[in-house]
Amino acid sequence: MVHARRGGIGRYYDVNGWLFVAPALSLIALFMVYPILWSLWMSFQSGRGMMMKFAGFANIIRLWNDPVFLKALTNTMTYFVVQVPIMILLALILASLLNNPRLTGRGFFRTAIFLPCVTSLVAYSVLFKGMFAPDGIVNSTLQAIGLIASPIPWLTHPFWAKTLVIIAITWRWTGYNMIFYLAALQNIDKSIYEVARIDGVPAWARFTHITIPLLKPVILFTTVISTIGTLQLFDEVYNLTEGKGGPSNATLTLSLYIYNLTFRFMPSFGYAATVSYVIVVLVALLAALQFYLARERER
Amino acid sequence: MKNPARAASAVLTYGFVGLMAFLSIFPFIWMVLGATNSSIDIIKGRLAPGEALAANVAKFFTQVNAPLVFWNSAKVAILATVLTLAVSSLAGYGFEMFRSRRREGLYRAMLLTLMIPFAALMIPLFIMMGKAGLINTHVAVVLPTIGSAFIVFYFRQSTEAFPSELRDAAKVDGLKEWQIFLYIYVPVMRSTYAAAFIIVFMTAWNNYLWPLIVLQSNETKTITLVISSLASAYYPDYGVVMVGTILATLPTLAVFFFMQRQFVQGMLGSVK
Repeated sequence: MVHARRGGIGRYYDVNGWLFVAPALSLIALFMVYPILWSLWMSFQSGRGMMMKFAGFANIIRLWNDPVFLKALTNTMTYFVVQVPIMILLALILASLLNNPRLTGRGFFRTAIFLPCVTSLVAYSVLFKGMFAPDGIVNSTLQAIGLIASPIPWLTHPFWAKTLVIIAITWRWTGYNMIFYLAALQNIDKSIYEVARIDGVPAWARFTHITIPLLKPVILFTTVISTIGTLQLFDEVYNLTEGKGGPSNATLTLSLYIYNLTFRFMPSFGYAATVSYVIVVLVALLAALQFYLARERER
Repeated sequence: MKNPARAASAVLTYGFVGLMAFLSIFPFIWMVLGATNSSIDIIKGRLAPGEALAANVAKFFTQVNAPLVFWNSAKVAILATVLTLAVSSLAGYGFEMFRSRRREGLYRAMLLTLMIPFAALMIPLFIMMGKAGLINTHVAVVLPTIGSAFIVFYFRQSTEAFPSELRDAAKVDGLKEWQIFLYIYVPVMRSTYAAAFIIVFMTAWNNYLWPLIVLQSNETKTITLVISSLASAYYPDYGVVMVGTILATLPTLAVFFFMQRQFVQGMLGSVK
């Protein structure tokens, strides 16, 4: 298609190409590329508000001596390490169960499990905050069936507050991931499963040896998406746990810390930009790592 | 001989899937029941229809200037959606139909921006909007969201299926490039537009962090911000909060149920 580059037709073709892509590219340049470079520059500045001066690596050194940052980093990594695998596995199991055409009511089950995706992050966080209140429906149910003796302090205890955030995110996003797997499963030849079944391969082995390897590209894709999402966690933590970061910052995330640094405390743009670049680097590293691991296993 | 095992596995499957479905739906039931109960009953975990619905609705409408808040949300979401679809479909069409090495390079660079976390953009964007005098305006909310690498990507992927014979025929008929786009591409690709509409509308309607930063007065706030501030009061009135969450969720729920196929198609847009 690139052959008609020379002469009048080629020029006409090329000018039109640029005209079509120009609006989107200039908006992305102005509101994505320019700000991301600006915050890189900002991360080498220090000062309050708009009064900034060059500070070299002072902000990066400050990171390692800032217990609140280290806490936010640990929390963010905890969410990522614990929540993403649980959710992906759950979504995979649900998808392979609901892919079975002999399962009656699978349309209903799919819709039901997908339904959380229509809620806004704020709305479901608010709902969960009410459900997990000290005497709320969750604690009273758990007590009624005898699983716990006294109410769990979901919102006020560091460990339980973190657990609650993980439960909430899993509720919201499992169905979303499941939809990707269901779509990918439809492209797998059903006869593979039939042959395996006839050969006496048990269900669990069919799952680990057929489903997971065949779905690897989609699993990789959803893992990257979830990673980027988890590392940017903000809405849920801000609305779910008390004190905008939970009991003694137990649920504080990097995004929330950046927000606090910029808009709640004395604005410290340079340092906040440095923290934001920690997320940039983490996203890039983890995405690269996931692609690398997936490629390794392919051999 | 195999029957007991098969029965057990069926029970297990249905039990597990049923439990998951129940857990997924339960918060919705709880939300609807909550709207009919008083705040104290909600916090106490009461799980039955109450008589406080009218009172909750009345309180919601006195505490919140609901028509204004919903108008704000609708305005932001519709503006963002229309502009994003226009700009992104033009670009997706342009990248696919007019290939050149340089544009291909830019396209790949553009896809890299998908990895940029919003947290790293918010401070510069906030300063930019401040300098432009746009703080506390809906323009500031919408403007940075229009250029979306993901939606451009989505349109480009879908454009692969656009029959180029249509374009050639239109050219023979003497249509200009913009006419081909407007009169042929847009109508042919309407299901792609529908799916993209759903993704962008949902994202814009539910957007929280950026509006939270930019919108500072009650006159400009969207429903998402209002729910958040209602629920973060020292003693939140959960009955009122439930009415708010129902009203905020209804539009996206309606879109989901009436356009389920396009909804799922939109979500899946990126994997083909």
